[in-house]
Amino acid sequence: MFEITKRRLLAAASIAAIVFAVPSTMAQDSGEGAGGQEPVKAGFVYVGPVGDFGWTYAHDQARQCMVEELGDSVETTFVENVAEGPDAERVIRQLAQDGADIVFTTSFGFGNPTVKVAQQFPDVKFEHATGFNPGGDNMALYNAKFYQGRAVLGTIAGMMSDSGKAGYIASFPIPEVVMGINAFQLAAQKQDPEFTTQVVWVNSWYDPAKEADAANALLSQGADVITQHTDSPAPLQAAEKAGAIAFGQASDMTSFAPNAHMTAIIDEWCPYYTKRVQAVMDGTWEPGNVWLGMEDGEVVMSPFNDAMPDDVKAAAQKVYDDTKAGNYEVFTGPIRDQSGEIRVPEGETMTEEELLKMDWYVEGVQS
Amino acid sequence: MGWELEPRGEASRKANLAAPVIAVFGALVTGAILFTFLGHNGLSAVYEIFIAPLTNTYRWQDLLVKAAPLAIIATGLAIGFRANVWNIGAEGQYILGGLGGTWVALQTLDMTGGWILPAMILMGMIWGAAYAAVPAILKTKLGVNEILSSLMLNYVAIQLLYYLMRAPWKDPMAFGFPQTAMFTSDQTLPMMASGTLIHLGVPIAAAIALTAWGVMTRTIVGFQVRSVGASPKAARFAGFSASSTVWLALLVGGGLAGLAGILEASGPFGQMVPQFPTGYGYTAIIVAFLGRLNPLGILIASFVLALTYVGGENAQTAIGLPNAAAGVFQALMLFFLLGFDILASYRLKRTAPKPSPTANTSGVTPVEAEGARA
Amino acid sequence: MSVQLTVAIMMTIAGAATPLLIAALGELVVEKSGVLNLGVEGMMLIGAVAGFAVAYSTGVPTLGAIAALIAGALVSSVFAFLTLSLMANQVATGLALTIFGTGVSALIGAPFVGITTSTLGPLFAFDNPLLRLLFGHSPLVYLGIALTIAVWWFLKHSRPGLILRAVGESDDAAHAIGYPVLRIRYLAVLFGGAMAGLAGCYYSLVLTPMWAERLTAGRGWIAIALVVFASWKPGRVLLGAYLFGLVITMELQAKAAGFNMFAPEFLAALPYLATVAVLAIISFAPQGGANAPACLAKPFRATA
Repeated sequence: MFEITKRRLLAAASIAAIVFAVPSTMAQDSGEGAGGQEPVKAGFVYVGPVGDFGWTYAHDQARQCMVEELGDSVETTFVENVAEGPDAERVIRQLAQDGADIVFTTSFGFGNPTVKVAQQFPDVKFEHATGFNPGGDNMALYNAKFYQGRAVLGTIAGMMSDSGKAGYIASFPIPEVVMGINAFQLAAQKQDPEFTTQVVWVNSWYDPAKEADAANALLSQGADVITQHTDSPAPLQAAEKAGAIAFGQASDMTSFAPNAHMTAIIDEWCPYYTKRVQAVMDGTWEPGNVWLGMEDGEVVMSPFNDAMPDDVKAAAQKVYDDTKAGNYEVFTGPIRDQSGEIRVPEGETMTEEELLKMDWYVEGVQS
Repeated sequence: MGWELEPRGEASRKANLAAPVIAVFGALVTGAILFTFLGHNGLSAVYEIFIAPLTNTYRWQDLLVKAAPLAIIATGLAIGFRANVWNIGAEGQYILGGLGGTWVALQTLDMTGGWILPAMILMGMIWGAAYAAVPAILKTKLGVNEILSSLMLNYVAIQLLYYLMRAPWKDPMAFGFPQTAMFTSDQTLPMMASGTLIHLGVPIAAAIALTAWGVMTRTIVGFQVRSVGASPKAARFAGFSASSTVWLALLVGGGLAGLAGILEASGPFGQMVPQFPTGYGYTAIIVAFLGRLNPLGILIASFVLALTYVGGENAQTAIGLPNAAAGVFQALMLFFLLGFDILASYRLKRTAPKPSPTANTSGVTPVEAEGARA
Repeated sequence: MSVQLTVAIMMTIAGAATPLLIAALGELVVEKSGVLNLGVEGMMLIGAVAGFAVAYSTGVPTLGAIAALIAGALVSSVFAFLTLSLMANQVATGLALTIFGTGVSALIGAPFVGITTSTLGPLFAFDNPLLRLLFGHSPLVYLGIALTIAVWWFLKHSRPGLILRAVGESDDAAHAIGYPVLRIRYLAVLFGGAMAGLAGCYYSLVLTPMWAERLTAGRGWIAIALVVFASWKPGRVLLGAYLFGLVITMELQAKAAGFNMFAPEFLAALPYLATVAVLAIISFAPQGGANAPACLAKPFRATA
């Protein structure tokens, strides 16, 4: 019974292939005849909707920016709302089969599917964001040092807070989020040694109502700075209502909270995307594993709010400039953990590898 | 003078076959108009979603892999629906099935042997069925509405999954990310042919639907299920107990949803992750109806639904149609099917202006028990 | 605990409870008439996006709320036509409605992403915490409480309410007496849709004044659970909604104060577990009102 079913299916599939493959190859031929060089095709796989105004939105803005930079020599496609798992694998494969030269998969959970598909398409380049599985010769990993931006936020928070207490709305305790919390607290502590950061885990990347409620809870318990590692502008709106200060996530969210929004960490993926697609065009693409930051223009701050006092502006700008110049690293010892024990001795700086595995909190973080 | 619905003595075979076809076409036409109205190219939307994937051999593999779990779950649900047992907890039973098999996998990570995969599959079915036993007990012992209880349990199952992924079952090597270790090769579904995506779950889905078709049409159990659904009173006279039918429907539905769960976990996923549930349990309800609760129809319907997913992705890359469009097409298809469904059991009839023997009481015609259609 | 903190907590509870309350009251009336509409989440999303779009375009949030009411009722009319006139299966139609609402709201809302609008916020601002607690909420909070009383009175003491309950308990008998079963159910479904739409715009116009895809994040399902949890009684819906709001708020408050008492997953599952428990408990209650309406989710066709 299985044999028959299988044979029939194969027969049906091959008929479909014969009938439709002919016209499509013809179409491709005529296309090549008309123009000069074929444009490079870049595919993007997004975990959320492009309308999330957060993580996926930032990647899609970068895609559009890259198209502006490279013009007609690149053609892009994207698929949004792709579930992590087999659906992602199918979409990635589909992009590769449809002739993509390079595919960017922009969520941690796309890692294993990307590795799998990359093995099947040695001629296509794959780029996976925020993962740790390096894959083969045709796969690269890229990530951004958002924690550098969190150090700027922490500096502002430490200087501007009256209560000395920040509320941090966080998604899941993965190293990315943990290091962000720690960077924020370390920078704030430098300004105000008594500073504390209260973390509330909402166990979701995106749940506006819950994020707003969490912000309200934190505000009612004395926090006067709200910051977040979740995707919606809801916490900013809560801070605006309460007259507290807050920061944008992934893109400039001033429009949601004109008074509360001090600045935002902007995920600027455009330079990287442009560089990598250009490399495919030039035939110079190489696999890699990069973790880029302010020095590479991948993490930038949105304009400071005019309500920020000048000394705060100057201090925040200094952290930004020094980081850019390579003179400032927030994870430099001495760093104590929550129990007060020294984890990083004076003069030492945590390595990238240590940061990417970080699972402990610095002194002053309450979670 | 107006229109009246007149019951057919027996569901029309022709209408039974025609309704899904009309539904699909109605959805396509409405969808095309709607998307044109919203500023997209409606016709190319329909082409890219429903036609283009069929012209590509790779897409056929994707379609079969995507359709398999839908067909398995929907077959189980349809048996219950036939008996008027409304299990809408397949999503939870699917999750529990995946978790049951994963539990076996986590115990056997260091072992090898051909017995591991069958043990995982068996445990998946047991967990799925056990989870469906909760609404079954509540229904048979306390008379609790199974629609409500099974629906609520879906959300409990999701939270159970999140909990297990966050703490007890987390892979210590995964940098704090909530997911289990990858399954070993002995814990992974084999491929039917090397170089393809067609895993063992695909023929299993076909076999299950065919078996269910045989059971429902050829055996006494099938007759029991159908007669309890059609007329509980008559079934009681025939000696069929309503509560044993409830148990049968829920255990089969839960067991098959659990099977689909562990086949997905051990096949395409290859591990357990918090993103494991993707709504198959709900989509399968649509599939069951689109297939008119007939296992063979369900095979076709699962393929059509898979087409809306795979084609939806295709339309995004080809013409930039938003992802939401695929969902709208699914909903429209179901709306049309449910709307036209009525023509299978009733015929439209013009009410006569002058009195006639069939329309003497102001056009109202007698009708059989409501249980015939639920 | 300071007065300020107590008031702040109570305000948050009211905020979390109100949309659940409004949506659940609508669904309660629908279910009391013998119809189960599982499309609440979809109708809420339609209401949320319609409310935001109109409030943003006109600058008048009240018009947004009215648009949300109308949009919710409009989309529920699809459900009503299919399940009542064409006797389609209610479970499947409700699920389809949710899929439809999710998709259509995303399509309509695409141009509104990333902007905010004037809100349906409190009418009066007070510095005094007690006055703020009494009069400082969004008008929808008061509307939710007023609606509870109205629905309670309607079902318990008005003649149309009595008929609606009769239709839900025994449609054939109600029809035999001469009540227009289908017309009553149509009205009930439209009311439910309007309330779900209104509840949806609470998110897009009050709590988080913005539009983003899937803004309501599954609250429609909690509203359905709430109706069952309240065993189909308006007063208990009010109680239940504020209880759910309390649990949500206290969890976050506890976390904000540095306590992590329960696994967060347990608290997230709690409303649903409690609902299953209530379902089991009310089945022991003597017959007479505590149970699901007898005709729930069953199609009706007039017989002579």
